[in-house]
Amino acid sequence: MNRIKQKLQEDNPPAGRAGKLLSIYFTAGYPRLNDTVKIIQDLEQSGVDFIEVGLPFSDPLADGPTIQESSTAALKNGMHTELLFEQLKDIRKTVSIPLILMGYFNPVLQYGVEEFCQKCQEIGIDGLILPDLPLDVYQEEYKSTFEKYGLINIFLITPQTSEERIKAIDAASEGFIYMVSSASTTGSKEGFGAEQTEYFNRIANMNLNNPQIVGFGISNAQTFQQATEKTKGAIIGSAFIKHLTQNGVDHISDFVNQIR
Amino acid sequence: MTYHADEKGYYGEFGGAFIPEMLYPNCEELRQNYLRIMAEPSFQEEFHQLLKDYVGRPTPLYFANRLSEKYNTKIYLKREDLCHTGAHKVNNTIGQILMAKKLGKHRIIAETGAGQHGVATATVCALMGIQCVVYMGEIDIARQAPNVARMKMLGAEVRPAKSGSRTLKDATNEAIRDWINNPVDTHYIIGSVVGPHPYPDMVARFQSVISEEIKSQLKEKEGRENPDYVVACVGGGSNAAGAYYHFLDNPDVGIIAVEAAGKGIHSGESAATSVLGKVGIIHGSKTLLMQTQDGQITEPYSISAGLDYPGVGPLHAHLYTSGRGEFISITDDDAMTAGLGLCQLEGIIPAIESSHALAIFEDRKFKEDDVVVVNLSGRGDKDLQNYIDYFKL
Repeated sequence: MNRIKQKLQEDNPPAGRAGKLLSIYFTAGYPRLNDTVKIIQDLEQSGVDFIEVGLPFSDPLADGPTIQESSTAALKNGMHTELLFEQLKDIRKTVSIPLILMGYFNPVLQYGVEEFCQKCQEIGIDGLILPDLPLDVYQEEYKSTFEKYGLINIFLITPQTSEERIKAIDAASEGFIYMVSSASTTGSKEGFGAEQTEYFNRIANMNLNNPQIVGFGISNAQTFQQATEKTKGAIIGSAFIKHLTQNGVDHISDFVNQIR
Repeated sequence: MTYHADEKGYYGEFGGAFIPEMLYPNCEELRQNYLRIMAEPSFQEEFHQLLKDYVGRPTPLYFANRLSEKYNTKIYLKREDLCHTGAHKVNNTIGQILMAKKLGKHRIIAETGAGQHGVATATVCALMGIQCVVYMGEIDIARQAPNVARMKMLGAEVRPAKSGSRTLKDATNEAIRDWINNPVDTHYIIGSVVGPHPYPDMVARFQSVISEEIKSQLKEKEGRENPDYVVACVGGGSNAAGAYYHFLDNPDVGIIAVEAAGKGIHSGESAATSVLGKVGIIHGSKTLLMQTQDGQITEPYSISAGLDYPGVGPLHAHLYTSGRGEFISITDDDAMTAGLGLCQLEGIIPAIESSHALAIFEDRKFKEDDVVVVNLSGRGDKDLQNYIDYFKL
């Protein structure tokens, strides 16, 4: 069974976590080109539930300055798709939690969607998040390929997504729904207000088939707690990148432990 | 067979809307409303009134006598350089500011490279009393000081794009990020036939006034509506889209697109996207773009800032791959020479972008009785410093 589905269905979460999942995003090739494997291993050992490995892109439209700068640095360090696959080829010998690749569609298109998916399966990648691959194009052109290689495609919703579209996305999803917390790029807003509470409640009341995991705007224990009150878990990206920038890769568990 | 966009915004395999979910509601609102709003009589009336009284349309279709003699064919110049603000860009910004008003938007954002589209946007925002923020690459701000000053005088805020290569593509990224962060009250005025559906089609429709006028003006001068060829420079491709629009589905009219070869197509410093580009996604559109093997978007080069874009509108990608359009690349040197040539033969100082279109006559020969319309997309005032430096004037 796909590790994402398995993780979401675990009946007995470790004590004290109330079943709330923590996912961490980082940009592959940052801070240094060959940090990828160590970061993944340390995150797992720190008790993280999912990892989103970012494939850097020259023009990351949906990202704020922190992830933009990490992408630029990673590309400058020499990161590219084939190299990332090379770095990850033995990852399943040491890491067992779900791994998701997150990136923009163009590098995947250039690699070849089928070849990319095949490589993901060989390595043991469980899912993809490609924010600029739209729902209709995915369903018409790529769904069968993703399924052939056992990959779950994760879709995003935002506070502006219509109810009708949320239902369509729910129907097309088979892992979790990535719930963008506010109308923003990554890392650009801090803390949640009444608008988010309304949004979290509204989605919770829709009783969707897929669990929701919240991303954007989560940076510490407080925002993690707020984001997961009505949802299955939360994703941290920019705050973790900032931690890596300031502390390097030797104190990853310090960051994770302060979240929950 | 049509070369116009289908209802999902595709031109053949190109176009569409490859956007993150955060942009979906904005683009969807526009997609659902743009054709309806554009068809409203009150919209059409206000649009055409402003084009006439404010922009100065119709722009002349001028028979370039001495130029025609030199190249032994009949060359007409469509004088978009005489538009208010100095280029065709304002046709689109007038249309989009009216669209924004109809959609109830209170804030306008735009991207700009050399500053022409930024000035055209700041102009219409001043005209309508709407707040305006223009994103411009930090490097472009430094090298286009007069246009930055113009935008400020017109009341716009110019925000530097500090990410990536700090030029037009990064200014576009920043504008898109602003739109993600301000999804409800803001309209994004894209300056070319690029970006996600419905932008390429909407911008082409606003610019189509160019070919609409060519038809009626040519009828008057030549007794026929259709030229043998329409020639235009292509960066993103908005002036070209407007000049071709009403001729796209008429195979009797040859379409010639002129791209910037920079220092030579294979010099590593070029913006000839049709030759150097591969199919990919840029700014929400599937099109031809210059990129690395790994799919990272690369930085183009041209002496002309308006042609310095790593992609091309999906319409043009389709014209290229389908063979409907004839694509020619012109180097910096040949464009500059042609620009000076027009000054001396016709007394018109063209924008360097438009000079690329004028440069084709050296090598591309036409029959004596061919009617060739060249879209003179802009005037050269903004390029004076480049001309001074290049010709050591």
